[in-house]
Amino acid sequence: MESKSHDFKVRSGQALKDPFLQSALENLSLGFVESRRKCAEALPEFEALRDLGKNIYDHTLENLDFYLRRYEEKVIESGGHVHWASTPDEACRIATDICDQAKAKKVIRGKSMIGEEMGINDALDEAGFETTETDLGEYILQLAEEPPSHIVAPAIHKTKDEISDLFQVYHADRGFTERQTERTALVQEARQVLRESFISADVGITGANFLIAETGSNIIVTNEGNGDLTCTLPKVHIVTAAIDKVIPSVEDAMVLLRLLGRSATGQEITAYTTFTTGPKRAEDDDGPEEYHVILLDNGRSTMLANEFRDMLRCIRCGACMNHCPVYGSVGGHAYGWVYPGPMGSVLTPMMVGLDKAVDLPNACTLNGRCQDVCPVRIPLPKLLRAHRTWQHERKFNSSVFRFGLGIWTFFARHPNLYQFCTRIVMSVMGSLGRRKGVFNRMPFAGGWTQARDLPTPQGKTFQAAWRAKQREKKQ
Amino acid sequence: MINEHVNPSVGLFVTCLADLYRPSVAFAAVKLLEDAGVTVEVPRAQTCCGQPALNNGDLGHARVLAMQVIDAFAEFDYVVGPSGSCMGTIKTHYVELFEDDPEGLMKAQDLAERSHELISFLTDIMGISQIDATYDGTVTYHDSCAGLRELGIQEQPRRLLDGVQGIAFKELKDSIVCCGFGGTFCVKYPEISGKMVDDKCSRIEESGADTVLAGDLGCLLNIAGRLRRRGETTRVYHIAEVLAGMAGGPSIGDGEN
Repeated sequence: MESKSHDFKVRSGQALKDPFLQSALENLSLGFVESRRKCAEALPEFEALRDLGKNIYDHTLENLDFYLRRYEEKVIESGGHVHWASTPDEACRIATDICDQAKAKKVIRGKSMIGEEMGINDALDEAGFETTETDLGEYILQLAEEPPSHIVAPAIHKTKDEISDLFQVYHADRGFTERQTERTALVQEARQVLRESFISADVGITGANFLIAETGSNIIVTNEGNGDLTCTLPKVHIVTAAIDKVIPSVEDAMVLLRLLGRSATGQEITAYTTFTTGPKRAEDDDGPEEYHVILLDNGRSTMLANEFRDMLRCIRCGACMNHCPVYGSVGGHAYGWVYPGPMGSVLTPMMVGLDKAVDLPNACTLNGRCQDVCPVRIPLPKLLRAHRTWQHERKFNSSVFRFGLGIWTFFARHPNLYQFCTRIVMSVMGSLGRRKGVFNRMPFAGGWTQARDLPTPQGKTFQAAWRAKQREKKQ
Repeated sequence: MINEHVNPSVGLFVTCLADLYRPSVAFAAVKLLEDAGVTVEVPRAQTCCGQPALNNGDLGHARVLAMQVIDAFAEFDYVVGPSGSCMGTIKTHYVELFEDDPEGLMKAQDLAERSHELISFLTDIMGISQIDATYDGTVTYHDSCAGLRELGIQEQPRRLLDGVQGIAFKELKDSIVCCGFGGTFCVKYPEISGKMVDDKCSRIEESGADTVLAGDLGCLLNIAGRLRRRGETTRVYHIAEVLAGMAGGPSIGDGEN
């Protein structure tokens, strides 16, 4: 997927003016935030689980090479194949080669963010395969030709009306000519259309929520059951996963699964938790004949070695964006690439280029709510600050802003000069605005007055008033 | 931790916004501190805690300004300021700035241990649970992010407000959600910041309160500015002004008439 993250300001401005998006975002924050809170409160050991989750990843990342090799061995032992890819292009080539070799025509996909990161749908289209998304949200977006705007609820920005329109247009040739407007009728229609795709597919491609080193298993969680069918019905199953998805044991997975559902959607557990290990065995009735895992790096081994390692703990629950007031204001598309919200603002510059997503780490008030709810305690504000430091060192931030900050710092470093000058400025501002109490406009403060009035200062600086008072006392 | 010093000395970290914009907040802080039995001094060699530099990635200048604060406040038993944001910077971020400089780190740690936000200093260090003050109004309270999440200030201001005569307190829905100030964020991303502060003002309006308080002037200027732009007359004060009985004059964003 091509990054539009450089265009954040324009895209966020458009998002703020989109009434449909704004009402969708309001519902999002009400739903997910409230249900997560209830779920977390109902579980006395939730905070302890968060510590455990963090420790599992800290240990795994410290020994990532060991666990990845162990995982590979186990996949091979169970009859599967493991492919390593450093870049998204390489991962896509591996996937299309597997499809070619299987003489596939039709491919179905279970929702995965790694697939978006790879741009796998475009690659499959270009290679001539007929691809169908099977997650309802992703399916809607495939019809609408839009990228997801949320990592858990990809079509959160779409209204029911828009979906009715899409289905009416695209399902007409499948015999569904009536425009459905009820939620259940829409789901039912999609289910029937997708059922045909499941049965006729040659290859199923899923992501991975966790890869288990001790068994070579892959875990995916869904609420629709589409993941199960994508894993088991086609004759080839391809798992696409990033290298940071591996964890040591099934026991560890149990800790993380307890955190994931609660943090993501406020569910104790998702409707389906699907384990797959290797291809169909001789004694199995169902399952794929071939089982492939494509492991993608895409900058993660670099992050493992720098100050962004903590980000590799991320379990893609979306809690950070659900609780982010900036995401809640502009939605996911404004961020311009695969991963939105706080986690995306840390990851995107690492993956698309530090100079190509300059706004993302800055478009944050550092309010810290994301860190407060992160199930694996990723210090997101600290990582966003680290990006800003990298930008400052590389002079990626605006020169006007750097100049302004430089002037401020110069004065702040010289207290006497600072107090002399501020006394004059504040006195002028105070006397100009005292009667009204606010300024509607102010030179050099357009950023401020665009959105709000500028309250008038009281006129004296405290330092001056305090010194005057001390002198009075002495006399 | 309750104060172990007899008649302790407090260096007031004025904060740049109180110094420049609203000295009454700093005078209120002095009164509250003196009433609590401490000796207050105001070092002259203070300007800004360095947060704008720190949050914009200019660690070099952030270190210089941090060292200026460290030096100016070396002599006091405690350093207290009427802002969760500035005191959060001093208490939690200065040490990060000096991770590779053992001497600086030692000084930063020493300062961090002595530094407190005003309201939590009064309750947690001086053990005050009741303040003799009167304010006539229906009051709501916005939890500023750094105070809330970096310093754990949430219950303390409510406890003290509870004891003020004449106050009817109404809880603010989404009081823990950021108001959209965010330091330089509000001028770099005015549209997003505007949406966030507008949401905050709507919650304030829905609360039915005629007065909104908070512990940080940054948030208060932002909220007051947006309330006035919306044409609302809700009074806006720093909590210290109300607790010190110094909320008689024009509130933030109000004219003299």
